[in-house]
Amino acid sequence: MTENRPHVFERLPATADERAVEGRATREAVVDFWTGRYGLPLDTFDGHTFWEKGSGKVWAFAADLPAPADVEALGMTFLRTRQEHWKPTTDAVQRFGREATRNVVELDAEESRAFLAGETQELERWDGDWGYLIAAHEIAGAVEPIGVGLYLRGELRSQVPKGRRRDLD
Amino acid sequence: MDVLGRYEPLVDDPAAFRAACARPLPSVVRVNTIKATPERVRRAYDEAGVGYETVDWHDGLLRLEAESPGNSWPYVHGWVYGQEEVSAVPALVLDPGPGERVFDAAAAPGSKTTQLAALMDDTGLLAANDNNLGRLSALRSNAERCGVTNVVVTKQDARNVSLKPFEEERFDRALVDAPCSCEGTIRKNPDALEGWTRSHVEGIAGVQKGILKRAVEVTRPGGTVVYSTCTFAPEENEAVLDFVLGERDCRLVEFDLPDPLESSPGVTEWEGESFDLSVRRARRIYPHQNDTGGFFCAKLEVGS
Repeated sequence: MTENRPHVFERLPATADERAVEGRATREAVVDFWTGRYGLPLDTFDGHTFWEKGSGKVWAFAADLPAPADVEALGMTFLRTRQEHWKPTTDAVQRFGREATRNVVELDAEESRAFLAGETQELERWDGDWGYLIAAHEIAGAVEPIGVGLYLRGELRSQVPKGRRRDLD
Repeated sequence: MDVLGRYEPLVDDPAAFRAACARPLPSVVRVNTIKATPERVRRAYDEAGVGYETVDWHDGLLRLEAESPGNSWPYVHGWVYGQEEVSAVPALVLDPGPGERVFDAAAAPGSKTTQLAALMDDTGLLAANDNNLGRLSALRSNAERCGVTNVVVTKQDARNVSLKPFEEERFDRALVDAPCSCEGTIRKNPDALEGWTRSHVEGIAGVQKGILKRAVEVTRPGGTVVYSTCTFAPEENEAVLDFVLGERDCRLVEFDLPDPLESSPGVTEWEGESFDLSVRRARRIYPHQNDTGGFFCAKLEVGS
């Protein structure tokens, strides 16, 4: 096994058989996560390569470069795989989550504002999975993802990062 | 020092130029077509009761009545980017297509980078470079909010940028939206001209020459380089072009700005110096011509 090099971008191995760094997520598992948990179309990421910089922070990049890549950023931060339950980023959910068919909780206007403000709210009506959901709302004629919510014991905890929270009137 | 007075000999209507520079500018957003269409953004603003008007030369630019475009759902969703309307010009002139390799030499905080990514349909490779860590952080967060995934962010001095991270392969197109004295932003930043000195202009012109020269070098033969600034100073505009025309195999090409955006040709003489006559092919946009900020834009083709 090779050490994780935290300062450069390493490409995710395609499958577990090709894994050189212990515990690193594989491309196969990442695609399975998005298409399985959220029901994204299977070809959603055909044009993207996946990379890790630091431990457990996965990036999606629309092109390819030789690995390792010693650059500041490669596409967008997309998924955190350090914990047992993988966590999508707000930006990834906004970019790719429109196609999601599962684990999307649609919020009304008031709930959406509370979610964007970073609040935890009771949401007894959700009878789907626990864990990280895509929180979305209806705007301008269609449902649009806002960010990631952690649903546990009847509560939806907004995971909108502090710098992205807003109080909209 | 009456900085604007320097440029009165260059403009057709000095009084209108002065008056426009003294007026504040409205808040403008550009629709990020990676995530939304102009129609959907207009509908969202309509639903929210936010007043706007569409800019006549580009349907993806909206002038808002509200002061702070950041406090709305379209901004939260990354559907819009707050940006002065003329600053949308250089990416349109560079006109990159899907799948191309594009270099943005001085990218932060990212208004042009995100526009380039949208023009490329978020495909191909967009190398966005800047040398300032704080500004790079703003670039990254703006790109991510806009859903950009085709960007590689590097931290290099654009004057001697290395192609090593890019497999030593040159780019199809490059944008040099150069750091400048920002005189043309006077309507947005009323103190933009405070602290103006000739030596600052001359110093920054040296940096601009270095960045543009290197951008030409890292662009493939037949490729396109766009040079832009938000300043009126010929030292930072035509003089920079004149220098690079003499140093590297490239030429200035004619281009049309979107109708009905008005502009003036580049100037061939300034304070006793004369420039290559082809700098007339560059475009100067003065604040009184379209009621915008000031801008300068030139398009170059790299020779073999």
